[in-house]
Amino acid sequence: MLHTVLFYSFALVMLGAAAGVVFSRNPVHSVMFLVLTFFQSAVLWLMAEAEFLAIVLVLVYVGAVMVLFLFVVMMLEVNIEAAKRGLTRFAPLGIGIALLMAYELMQLIWLRSEGVGITGGFAATAEGYSNTKALGAVLYTEHVYAFEIAAVILLLAIVAAITLTMRKRPGIKVQDINKQVAVRAKDRVRIVKMDAEKKQ
Amino acid sequence: MIGLEHYLTLAAMLFVLSLAGIIINRRNLILLLMCIELMLLAVNFNFIAFSRYLGDETGQVFVFFILTVAAAEAAIGLAILVVLFRNRRSIAVQELNTLKG
Repeated sequence: MLHTVLFYSFALVMLGAAAGVVFSRNPVHSVMFLVLTFFQSAVLWLMAEAEFLAIVLVLVYVGAVMVLFLFVVMMLEVNIEAAKRGLTRFAPLGIGIALLMAYELMQLIWLRSEGVGITGGFAATAEGYSNTKALGAVLYTEHVYAFEIAAVILLLAIVAAITLTMRKRPGIKVQDINKQVAVRAKDRVRIVKMDAEKKQ
Repeated sequence: MIGLEHYLTLAAMLFVLSLAGIIINRRNLILLLMCIELMLLAVNFNFIAFSRYLGDETGQVFVFFILTVAAAEAAIGLAILVVLFRNRRSIAVQELNTLKG
């Protein structure tokens, strides 16, 4: 009973925060609502006994990605007035498509799945079951290749983000080590042979 | 009793909400990126619900990889956004028509 009440209250707050992300006028408020959404979904994952992913969601998403979003939103002076204009024009279309899709998905989940028999609660976990341990046991054995690819993808993201945003400003006084090492004496000093001048 | 269908419903609502957000906020590139993050979160909900329902941890490992790729995507996307803003002083989507030819 308590579980049900908690689930519905957290789900309600999460959907409200997601609506706040979509309909908020100020991008900074949108990011804050997104943080709230991620927090609520972390709690919901915790209730589904996916503890490791809930903690990862808070640490990685709220701690790193959302801060990145917040930095970018605050760094770019976005014109809020200009962004507001389009809101009313596309709102009926967006909400209409969303309602249609929601209706179809509800049909699928609530009507069709009962016929096939894939509804019901989650299986209870055994005594002393550790979600982190179980995930690690699968991650480092069966999926170790995918794990390494994920590491390479993260490295790629670091390199790509730094290369994209690196600025080369012209006229700045900075040493070019390659040029300094590769210099040869004959490029700089010109030895001129000439006769000595006679004193007048 | 909260079960698979409740989590699936919640994920579907979240997905639909972020889809509406993409259509409504088509002018603001940052909001589009945020709505994509919300969509990925909805997909992760489905993975976790089915993983718990079937008692198979592979679904949760997949969520782990989705989180990794989404973080990389956010980093590169925001870097592109910053470069774009530096060059054009605006991130309005309707002004990004240079590639039209």
